[in-house]
Amino acid sequence: MTDATPVLRLEGIVKTFPGVRALDGVDLELRPGEVHALMGENGAGKSTLMKVLGGILQPNEGRILIDEAPVVMTSPLEAKGKGVVFIHQELSLADELSVAENIFLGELPRKRFGRVDWTRLYATTDAILKTLNVRFDARTRVGDLSIANQQMVEIARALTVSPRAVIFDEPTASLTDAEKVVLFDVIEDLKAKGVGIIYISHRMEEIFRITDRISVLRDGQYRGTLRTAETTEDEVTQLMIGRSLDLSRSPVRHALGKVALEVRGLSCGHLYRDVSFSVREGEVLGFYGLVGAGRTEIAETLFGLRTPSAGSIRVNGDEVRIGSPVDAIRHGIGLVPEDRKGQGLVLGMNCRDNMTLPQVDDLSTGPFVSDGAEVAIFDQYRDRLDIRTPGWRQIVGNLSGGNQQKIVIGKWLSMRPQVLIVDEPTRGIDVGSKSEIHNLIRDLAAQGYAVIVISSEMPEVLHVSDRIAAMYSGRIMRTFAAEEVTEDSLIQAISGLEPEKVA
Amino acid sequence: MAALTREAAGRLLARQGILVAFAVFMVVFALANPRFIDIGNVAGVIRSSAILGVMALGVTFVVIGGNLDLSVGSMMSFSTIVVLDLHDTLGPALAIPAMFALTLCLGAFIGILVGYLKLNSLIVTLGMLSAIHGLTLMWSGGKNMDIADKAGTWFGIFGRGDVLGIPVPILIFALLAVVLSVVLSRTPFGRKVYAVGGNGTAATFSGVPRARVVFLTYILSAFCVAIAGLMQASRSLGSQNTVGQGMELEVLAAVILGGASLLGGAGTIFKTVIGVLILGFIQNGLLLMGLEFYVQYVVTWVIIILAVWLDIAAKRSRLWSPIA
Ligand SMILES: Nc1ncnc2c1ncn2[C@@H]1O[C@H](COP(=O)(O)OP(=O)(O)OP(=O)(O)O)[C@@H](O)[C@H]1O
Ligand SMILES: [Mg+2]
Repeated sequence: MTDATPVLRLEGIVKTFPGVRALDGVDLELRPGEVHALMGENGAGKSTLMKVLGGILQPNEGRILIDEAPVVMTSPLEAKGKGVVFIHQELSLADELSVAENIFLGELPRKRFGRVDWTRLYATTDAILKTLNVRFDARTRVGDLSIANQQMVEIARALTVSPRAVIFDEPTASLTDAEKVVLFDVIEDLKAKGVGIIYISHRMEEIFRITDRISVLRDGQYRGTLRTAETTEDEVTQLMIGRSLDLSRSPVRHALGKVALEVRGLSCGHLYRDVSFSVREGEVLGFYGLVGAGRTEIAETLFGLRTPSAGSIRVNGDEVRIGSPVDAIRHGIGLVPEDRKGQGLVLGMNCRDNMTLPQVDDLSTGPFVSDGAEVAIFDQYRDRLDIRTPGWRQIVGNLSGGNQQKIVIGKWLSMRPQVLIVDEPTRGIDVGSKSEIHNLIRDLAAQGYAVIVISSEMPEVLHVSDRIAAMYSGRIMRTFAAEEVTEDSLIQAISGLEPEKVA
Repeated sequence: MAALTREAAGRLLARQGILVAFAVFMVVFALANPRFIDIGNVAGVIRSSAILGVMALGVTFVVIGGNLDLSVGSMMSFSTIVVLDLHDTLGPALAIPAMFALTLCLGAFIGILVGYLKLNSLIVTLGMLSAIHGLTLMWSGGKNMDIADKAGTWFGIFGRGDVLGIPVPILIFALLAVVLSVVLSRTPFGRKVYAVGGNGTAATFSGVPRARVVFLTYILSAFCVAIAGLMQASRSLGSQNTVGQGMELEVLAAVILGGASLLGGAGTIFKTVIGVLILGFIQNGLLLMGLEFYVQYVVTWVIIILAVWLDIAAKRSRLWSPIA
């Protein structure tokens, strides 16, 4: 690490929203060729700070300096012109257009009479894609790409200029491990070229793997910067949440009740085949596997969103037909979906109404919704999940990403379903709240609920589950009991390396 | 301090942009012609807006639910013609429920196509606009419909009557506005309409029966149209086949003027009422200025565009994102 002049410096940035002081005098310094982590609890102000830096938001106070010269950036395009590129977590690509068109949108190369110079467009794009080592070309339709590859397109977009600084806001939230490796390679390359990188993530192992320094925000205030090589996870956590995490608390195993949900020979086209499992009251069943292994599709079938082509589902021993989410809820099944923006939330609605939506009928008194009962539920889960919002009237779309996720979780926890399915429950959630959600899942089980946890994070599955079903390519390869499972055997099972066994 | 008041003013403008525009507009017109705010004139405007207003109340539900209804104008013609015709064959007491039943059938048909079969509402209701017009002509044989004994029927009370000096159309509009405002803002059904229009997928994932909710918004819209048809028939006691022609656009304009989002998920009954009144007062103001009716068409639409633009501009000054 050299102490060269910083590429980028933020001084005393203040940003307020009605009722919220999101940033309260934040300083930050980014050096060339460093990967600088930005950490903090959900709602600490990380995304807001980066939006200020990326020209999307205007600060109320404070200065931005590039190469020690103050600049004003009023739009993302202007920021890009000055060499600051922002790679959003929420992808903003046009599905119907080709990769090349997306990358050069608004600045397509032209020939005479304003005609698009397609040859040059595709050639330039392919040259950029080559540096990224991707397996698609400039002509591919973006809608046909996986999420990870779409993210690569976003990155390629950033590389059309020679960036001075690149901001990644939770880039790995929906990537598989293999895809992460590719992303980290790209970051290494940028770093070698002397580009400064700001990296936002809640995943400690990534932070310690690729970053050089870590800056921490707390409640909109700058709390300090640590050198990654000289610090520990615990120190970072302390700075973030003001206390250490007690990770030693190993889940209490308790007696299990009767079988709450039993699935036999369930198939759904080519998505998954011949899946059988059961969950007892008081039990947490983990589903672990790669993205695309069919876990989400099973959850969607149980919740009445897909029609199985074969097999049976029993709830409390009775065979049931689940044709819609309404049926599922009636049978006591709840689902926290994996895509919070698309499936979990009505972004334009307030926090309380989102949380109580599935039970709005049950909460009504006579023909009318019951404000008191709804607010009571909201308050209870806001406190339990530590949701940061000025009040229940806040529009969910204005909440930070992690706090939005907590609203979805609160929505289903408050329903107290007999069988709760959670799909990637802690995506985008900070370390403190993550362990709180794990505790909640365990508590729920202790109270006699049956819980299914789908996750791509091995530590999470290992931590909360009583049993773990390992899936590979639409099949359950093996079911492990918590006591017997090892990381190696789990990895083997989900890569399809192990011959099929019946547990 | 100055910054603070400016921010507060900005926020007021953002939230109530349409009200501010309305107030400015009223003051300007009142200064230009004091007769404009004469109590008789004001009551006259509200009264003549009542039929449009009743239809706009129903369409507000449809629009918040994320759909359009362009069939209300021709559906209103249908209701009017049917109730007038049945008045003389069945008598008014039976004609009214029969007309309601038929109109609700039309609403249910649209509701099934858009809600359960998930067809595009623009296409369906545009098609229904002309299909219902055809039905109306088939019913009437293309002739105007008139009540034979105009002096001897009580049927006129809905359009011409007074209660305690207040015209019945205004009472119906006001009462319906209050009731539907409560339905939209205070009942589970209203909540679900917002959810379905705001994010239909998330609503489904929350156990909201999306198809049924959309279906019900069209039933409600048809119910409002039936009331409007009743008011219209009762006012004139006779009608052409085209009495509601073009009203679907005025209704939509009022709803959008009130600030409901064409994308669904946003809007209130109160705002729609404001939108209806703005539209009524604009047209009345222009009339008082002595403009020809065809000039009014142009000016009305220019003012609508200006108002919507002001509303959006005010919102943008507050929105944090350049997108959306
Ligand atoms: N447009 C807005 N209107 C009102 N409040 C907002 C708006 N945008 C952000 N906030 C608030 O500002 C605070 C900081 O939000 P921000 O998105 O920066 O958090 P974050 O650190 O990125 O959190 P996460 O880890 O959950 O993504 C939050 O309390 C959030 O509710
Ligand atoms: Mg964020």
